[in-house]
Amino acid sequence: MTHLRATLVVVGHGMVAHRFVQAAIERGLTETHDIVVLGEEPRPAYDRVALTSFFAADSPDELSLLPEGEYADPRVRLVLDAAVTEIDRPGRAVTYVSPTPRPSLDPPHEPLTGPGEVHTLGYDVLVLATGAAPFVPPVAGRDKDGCFVYRTIEDLEAIRTASRDATSGIVIGGGLLGLEAANALVQLGLDTHVVEMAPRLMPVQLDPAAGATLVRHVEQLGVNVHAGVLTEAITGNDFVTGLRLRPAGTEEGHETETIDAQVVVFSAGIRPRDALARECGLDVASRGGILVDEQCRSSDEHVFAIGECAAPGGTMYGLVAPGYAMAEVVVDTLLDGPGTFDGADMSTKLKLLGVDVATFGDAFATTDGALELVFSDAVAGIYKKLVVSEPDPANGSYRLLGGILVGDASAYGVLRPLVSSGIALPANPEELILPAGRGGVKLGMTDEAQVCSCNDVSKGDILVAVRDEGCEDVKSVRACTRAGSTCGSCVNVVKNIIEEHFASVGKVVDKGLCEHFPLSRQELFDIVAVHGYRRFDDIVEAHGTGRGCDVCKPAIASILASQFNGHVLDRDNRQLQDTNDAYLANIQRNGTYSVVPRIPGGEITPDKLIVIGEVARDFSLYTKITGGQRIDLFGARMEELPAIWRRLVDAGFESGHAYGKSLRTVKSCVGSTWCRFGVQDSVGLAITLEQRYRGLRSPHKLKGGVSGCARECAEARGKDFGVIATEKGWNLYVGGNGGAVPAHARLLAGDLDTETLVSYLDRFLMYYVRTADRLQRTVGWVDQLDGGLDRVREVVVDDALGLGAELEAEMDRHVGSYFDEWKATLEDPEKLGRFVSFVNAPDTPDPSISFTEERGQIRPAEPGVPVVLATTIPVGAPAGTGGLR
Amino acid sequence: MTRADRTWEKVCPVDELETERGVAALVHGQAVAIFRTHDGQIYAVGNHDPFAKASVLARGIVGTREGIPFVASPMHKHAFDLRTGRCLDDEHTSVPAFDVLVEDGIVHVGARREVA
Repeated sequence: MTHLRATLVVVGHGMVAHRFVQAAIERGLTETHDIVVLGEEPRPAYDRVALTSFFAADSPDELSLLPEGEYADPRVRLVLDAAVTEIDRPGRAVTYVSPTPRPSLDPPHEPLTGPGEVHTLGYDVLVLATGAAPFVPPVAGRDKDGCFVYRTIEDLEAIRTASRDATSGIVIGGGLLGLEAANALVQLGLDTHVVEMAPRLMPVQLDPAAGATLVRHVEQLGVNVHAGVLTEAITGNDFVTGLRLRPAGTEEGHETETIDAQVVVFSAGIRPRDALARECGLDVASRGGILVDEQCRSSDEHVFAIGECAAPGGTMYGLVAPGYAMAEVVVDTLLDGPGTFDGADMSTKLKLLGVDVATFGDAFATTDGALELVFSDAVAGIYKKLVVSEPDPANGSYRLLGGILVGDASAYGVLRPLVSSGIALPANPEELILPAGRGGVKLGMTDEAQVCSCNDVSKGDILVAVRDEGCEDVKSVRACTRAGSTCGSCVNVVKNIIEEHFASVGKVVDKGLCEHFPLSRQELFDIVAVHGYRRFDDIVEAHGTGRGCDVCKPAIASILASQFNGHVLDRDNRQLQDTNDAYLANIQRNGTYSVVPRIPGGEITPDKLIVIGEVARDFSLYTKITGGQRIDLFGARMEELPAIWRRLVDAGFESGHAYGKSLRTVKSCVGSTWCRFGVQDSVGLAITLEQRYRGLRSPHKLKGGVSGCARECAEARGKDFGVIATEKGWNLYVGGNGGAVPAHARLLAGDLDTETLVSYLDRFLMYYVRTADRLQRTVGWVDQLDGGLDRVREVVVDDALGLGAELEAEMDRHVGSYFDEWKATLEDPEKLGRFVSFVNAPDTPDPSISFTEERGQIRPAEPGVPVVLATTIPVGAPAGTGGLR
Repeated sequence: MTRADRTWEKVCPVDELETERGVAALVHGQAVAIFRTHDGQIYAVGNHDPFAKASVLARGIVGTREGIPFVASPMHKHAFDLRTGRCLDDEHTSVPAFDVLVEDGIVHVGARREVA
């Protein structure tokens, strides 16, 4: 049997055409078809979605999807610089022109040819992937020099050239592409304006509130936004000088405004490039685009259309993901497969000018009965909206229909799959967008849930790659499934799926502390408890290697302190202590220390306040009030610490442990004692709690707060444990903190009497001390527990593990063995011995430390090179270079 | 080389050096950090942390990294090889390392070590 090979011609070589060829090769279509790709641009397909990164790239090749310039399969031929001029449907042939080769010196005798060579190429199957062209509205002056569109690398090169002599640029169109173009102008250093006819940016994707949030972000980045205006004309003679605007909805002759600019970029939407199709009589949609069926076949059975030039069912799709889907469908059809294109998920997540923007599903709540949940923080510039269904009459649960995220789109990866999978939302769907719910709500994803919308990869596809194809990380999964290879927004979800899988099959994920211990902090904690080790040497000899480091030594010091509450400067363990614990003070930038006496609950007598003032004055210390309602004394030289503390201890102060990974303060408001709103004695409780938990060494620092009423003046929910008074008792919140990633503490239990509150807190803190990772704050610990806050509640409130009594007994033991570290140090000459500047010159202050004055107090002088005192013998590098190379 | 050589300076009795806990000393007018490692070796390097620009290395944690004895600066935990003064986190940075000798139970610090 003879089987003649068929010829398949692809017109266009953009992202979608490239995907089509890739799929054709991978799925074996080239076994039966020779493919010829006619690309109009001078270079192979490149990543148009990432076009703005062109200016940051070293060469245009960085964006290339085909850096080798040709396909590895010899049955695919790529012809560039080839403009198709005509399709002869009855004769099944296309005509294209390739340009006259330019005169070239190498080889110098290369012949010149006429004005473009005309070729004719027969086809059995024709795939049109001609893409779309920018729409340039009929504005007067649009042909002047300095007007551009934003679509190709050549467009960007032209804009860059024009920008060299320009100071100001305008983008006409405030949609997605317009903002990308504005980003390009900002990168080129132009004073940038965006002009949009609708009253907000991205009117197609965003609702008014989201659009307003985006405007604030964009303006903060120095882009001038003019929304709700019409472009009347582009001014200038031959060259652009500016743009004349008038408010949208007004008649000609209305007062106008003019913006000066030398560069104007049109980005007012795109139109399908369907001219070839029209000329050869193919059906086109009423709003443009080659009309195709669900197999992407046009009105001629031999001609298909994919990507932005196509209009499946009359609708054109201006995103890359639907184009990819169409490419796959055509390959499938040609292989006699059943694939169809049934519309597309128009969800998008992008970073526009550095601002996260995402929309997905029914973002405008057009579904019958749809409800909107909105979280908006104008100060932080965050707007989040969820569109949910009516509650299910059977069980009251909601389903997610869509949403909009501006300013923080981190939830996109979790939310979007919920739309397609249709699984029931948790009882409080608002938790999904509230900052406090961060990570607290864990949602199961079904295997069908789509993870990568650009490449249509489901969770199941990723699991197959991991389970059956040996992929072990995001990189290999991406190579295998293409998940995360286009916009990258799903990479974190992919990572979670991989990790979850390995955890579920019991594959050991390295949780070792450092090169010396293959054990997690929790495992080390248990080993110490079981064996009763008291010394680092014994632990590292039995369970580790080497001599430890700055990671494992402080971790083990903390574990030993939590369990045995010895003095951190005892002989066996003082060499393990981290920077601040080693000298019971907080090291500052010039090597001096700050001193913080404990002031429980922030309550202090005038006499003690005076002592602090006197000590600061006598030792010339800088003083500042801390956020935890105490007083920090800065600028103490290491050898001065004992004398300072002698004065403080004599006046009744004790260590504030500001230097330790341990309880810092329990902040309070003034409470019912004085405040006319207070309902409980918050100061009294704060003092009780601070004195109970003082000195408790923990995986990270611990802070508490107590508020005397719901007004929450103590900001208790910003603490690891926060207590808020109610009419009936106390509400206990856990897992809050400030810092780089602020979190509000969440309610653990409500209306507790003081005794119950203390027992729950004992259990909570000890459970944390026992099981948290090194340097893990309470919020991270709660979130990574299987079951999260609910699990904590089971253990602490319901005593599900039967650990309650044991945890409370451990805390009682800690409370009973507490002593003031500084007082004990002062009583031990051996411990004091190390508080000297130089072992061979204990009376010489470190000469490298010096101060200047600012606002009536000391401050460190600018650091210099190491100071050399009266050099007697030249050692090392010559003096003046300071011995440093 | 002997103690009579003017480049050697007496610092302190070796018994005053605790294992894996440094001391600062003034040697020829410079602040030097002196350490005794677990295997009994004594090392001396400049006390000045070139990253933090503060004289603090003697107060760092001592340990090993892949067998190399090192001190982690108490400021930002940059690690320095006690033998050579080379920064293990940044090959372009180092602190001076000095010769050390123990004679009659006394630690002596000598000339700056030549490092290849």
